[in-house]
Amino acid sequence: MRTRDCKHICDESSPGIGEAGKTGEWRNSFPMIDQERCTPSRQNKPACFLCWLYCPEAVISKTVPVQINLEYCKGCGICSQVCPVQAITMINEEELHPEEDTQKS
Amino acid sequence: MIAAYPITPQTPLTEKLSEFVEGGELNAEYVAVESEHSALTVCTSASMAGARTFTASSAHGLAYMHEMLHWAAGARLPVVLACVNRAIGAPWNILNDQQDSISQRDTGWIQIYARNNQEILDSVLQAYKIAETVYVPVMVCYDGYVLSHAEMPVAVPSQEDVDKFLPSYQPHTILDPANPKNYNLVTLADPRVNTEGVLCHGYMELRYLLQEALQNSGEVIIRVGQEFAELFGRSYANMFWEDRLADADIVIVAMGSLAMEATVAADMLRVKGHKAGVLGMRVFRPFPKADLLKALKKSRLIVVFDKNISYGSEGATCSEIKSALYGSGVNAVIRNFIVGLGGRDVKAREMADAVTKSLPLLKEGFLNSEYPEWICYI
Amino acid sequence: MNARLHEIRWHGRGGQGAITAAKIVAQAAYLKGYRGITAAPSFGAERRGAPVSASTRISPQTVMVISQVEKPDTVVVLDHTLLKYQEVTSGLDRGGWLVVNSQQHPKELNITGDFNIANADATRVCRELGLIIAGLPVVNTAILGALVHATNVVDMASIEAVIRERFSDSMIDINLAAIMKTFEITKLKKIR
Ligand code: SF4
Ligand code: SF4
Repeated sequence: MRTRDCKHICDESSPGIGEAGKTGEWRNSFPMIDQERCTPSRQNKPACFLCWLYCPEAVISKTVPVQINLEYCKGCGICSQVCPVQAITMINEEELHPEEDTQKS
Repeated sequence: MIAAYPITPQTPLTEKLSEFVEGGELNAEYVAVESEHSALTVCTSASMAGARTFTASSAHGLAYMHEMLHWAAGARLPVVLACVNRAIGAPWNILNDQQDSISQRDTGWIQIYARNNQEILDSVLQAYKIAETVYVPVMVCYDGYVLSHAEMPVAVPSQEDVDKFLPSYQPHTILDPANPKNYNLVTLADPRVNTEGVLCHGYMELRYLLQEALQNSGEVIIRVGQEFAELFGRSYANMFWEDRLADADIVIVAMGSLAMEATVAADMLRVKGHKAGVLGMRVFRPFPKADLLKALKKSRLIVVFDKNISYGSEGATCSEIKSALYGSGVNAVIRNFIVGLGGRDVKAREMADAVTKSLPLLKEGFLNSEYPEWICYI
Repeated sequence: MNARLHEIRWHGRGGQGAITAAKIVAQAAYLKGYRGITAAPSFGAERRGAPVSASTRISPQTVMVISQVEKPDTVVVLDHTLLKYQEVTSGLDRGGWLVVNSQQHPKELNITGDFNIANADATRVCRELGLIIAGLPVVNTAILGALVHATNVVDMASIEAVIRERFSDSMIDINLAAIMKTFEITKLKKIR
């Protein structure tokens, strides 16, 4: 297959998860949601969803409870910044998988 | 959709257009912007949203558009821009030469140069048809003051005929909230597979397609010129204007209004018994290398007059002619004269003199690698 | 109709309307049937009061020459104080016409040259008719009467048609009257 088969004449893509590749590989820290704090979970009904709105990779679901697709979450931390109740904490990947990191170095 | 920022000598054009829009004679949106950069950005955005767009500028204004000129071509948006050719400072100057558009020749735009006011109007109409066929923006260039501020008779075609000639614009991409798309995001070196599993272009493939579009646009330009001739009776089925080239061994090359003056110089040389002809460049990008070779087959002396220069090298038209002739077997002396910068008047007799002065080189021999000569008082 | 190219050069001061005059004559020539016509300002910084020039080229065939006029067939001077500048009559050759707005008789103008002179006091005509804008007599149309009197490039009928087309209703009659009056009072001095 050659690129000509895509029939594009300028760069073109549909907004969607994974359009920029496996962005989960870029992550060095990941967002952890505290469902006890998260408003939709606490009220058990759709609410807030600011993290869903702001996530640049569109990997947060607009569901109760909200879920994050870690295959494509790039670890930017925007969700944790915008959360009005500080329900999202960024956790260092090293802390989670220290042995993996040791192997790398 | 028209977006423009006023700059001398483009102003009569954009003032007239804004009057047309204001008076309801032209069904268009006129966006007054704060800079040329924004003017072209408004045009590219509107073009993506499906509108036919127009802008115009000169000199420093065109230079300020530079970034967006690249963008419009890379995004393959059929914007039409009138460049009213003017010299660029320093020193400050408002008069004509072609340095402004020549400095933008590598931005991926088609460039058409008009010799007179009729050709300006006709070229703009053709520009839309060409641009919207090959999806490459077109710059219609014409000499500031010399043409922009001169009056001459112009046949204005009827709206019905123009509608027959130019169908409505069919965008290749369209910004539509109902069908959201990303256009021209970061596109890295290598191709990538999109979410539907389709292998999509990397940066280089998209740039290849732009070059390919320009390479193939010559045919479209000629076909559109023929269609124009059929409807309006004025033929543009050519990439350059030929005047008495059939038997000419001396060829004068000039672009824009200077190509008309050159025919007067050829008259003068003919009176003296020289077989002189004129090649008036009409389309500078794509540069019509192959056609040019045919037209210059008989030439022994080619004198190229450039109202521009690539400093440290030579006039842009001259470089192109030399590169077209390389290895072609045409063994001509090619002389370059830099003329008319910053509005310096160029007279037919001066052009004829420059040719006459070059004649002995046919016997003495001449290295085509020589730097250009300037017709000035230094 | 002239069979060859006729070149007119206009000299005036910024604000006097030399360029408009050049364009009126171009349009009149078109109405008369010429097809090769250009009218252009000379290209300098044009400021109010500064000497300016313009040109009109008229030919039955397309005009190919676009550089500035070097050898005019006719020179029209809207302001006689410009006659002291040598470039005003430069290139005007035998048989050509110098058309001047001045109070003096052609013989008193103190110009030497191998050309014919047509002279009329267009300024006085404008003053008398009240063709005055911002305190200054507007002589650019009036002087066309002297041009028509002296040369046959354009005629009164086509000039009148252009004035009727270009000017607003209130300005048509006064401009036509100024042109007619100037036509009548024009004095000629032909070379022998
Ligand atoms: S906003 Fe949060 S969920 Fe989205 S990519 Fe960034 S870190 Fe991951
Ligand atoms: S922004 Fe915070 S509170 Fe709102 S939905 Fe996301 S995690 Fe829950």
